[in-house]
Amino acid sequence: MTQALLNLPARVRRGEIFEIRALVAHPMETGLRTGPNGGIVPRNIIEQFRCTYDGVEVFRATLHPAITANPYLAFFTRATRSGVIECTWIDDRSGHQRASASVTVE
Amino acid sequence: MRPAWLLLAASTLASASDIATAQARRSGFADMSPATRAMQADDAANPGMLSVLEGAAQWSRPAGSAQRACTDCHGEAARMAGVAVRYPAFDAAANAPITLEQRINACRVRWQQAPALAWESRELLALSALIGTQSRGLPIEAPKDPRLSPFVERGRHRFEQRIGQLNFSCRDCHDTLAGRRLGAALIPQGHPTGYPIYRLEWQSLGSLQRRLRNCMTGVRAEPHAFGSVEHVELELYLRSRAAGMALETPAVRP
Repeated sequence: MTQALLNLPARVRRGEIFEIRALVAHPMETGLRTGPNGGIVPRNIIEQFRCTYDGVEVFRATLHPAITANPYLAFFTRATRSGVIECTWIDDRSGHQRASASVTVE
Repeated sequence: MRPAWLLLAASTLASASDIATAQARRSGFADMSPATRAMQADDAANPGMLSVLEGAAQWSRPAGSAQRACTDCHGEAARMAGVAVRYPAFDAAANAPITLEQRINACRVRWQQAPALAWESRELLALSALIGTQSRGLPIEAPKDPRLSPFVERGRHRFEQRIGQLNFSCRDCHDTLAGRRLGAALIPQGHPTGYPIYRLEWQSLGSLQRRLRNCMTGVRAEPHAFGSVEHVELELYLRSRAAGMALETPAVRP
């Protein structure tokens, strides 16, 4: 189940630069910690984050261990046309989490 | 000469602590870094809101053998405004005060006929965060029910009792030394204004009892069990101490 908060303005003017803020629930387990039984807790981090705007990739990030649980990413893009902003988080367990929101360009 | 000097020193100490308790009450929010404050204030950046989101999904999901959802009896979650500020409250069935978490579980067992959720489980924290958020900005109510007063009084006693190998009471730090530093960390006044909180140190949401147990371990005392009457009494006293302060759930703390 995707648990993510994607925040962006619903309407922007053409050519304007606007902010996209993405927060996702993820444990970001480093793979370096020991669990209650003394064994290593298997690594489970988000490796890749991608954001597409109307199908075109506008932002990508590679995440590493030691990045906080529930990572928050904020970035900017220029409004070109109305469309869907889709964010994808890909983690070690090959799970894809997706969240999307649409933006209207006036 | 010496006894008189001691007496004078003792009276100076007493008045100093009186001044400390009488000084304006501060939420931990006021003493956080601007970055952490901004994180709490912005619902899109506050990681506690992820749990609220999950709680909202649970709120309308049927559970237990009764296949009943919270919405079926309570309606919209927004109708729970004003609930979190009056917990722990007296429960006639248990003939004792119970916390919000215990109320959620009692409801689950009795009406949904579902097994009680474990303390500090994601589901329980999500539901208490959802209910807490509905009361955001409302003042915490003083426990007015007369049946609660012996419990509040015992809670006050626990707050003032020295415990652990380090021999500290809650009051020693959170009244007398509040505003001073313990290493790099500022000692807060210890008002439970934002529970369950998202604590950056924990990297997750946690209940007030988790925080209390944290402090007890810190002074090398044996922490009380989750849901124990000792914790409920302490929570009640803390609520009476914070009466009138605005609820911030889900708060972010360093």
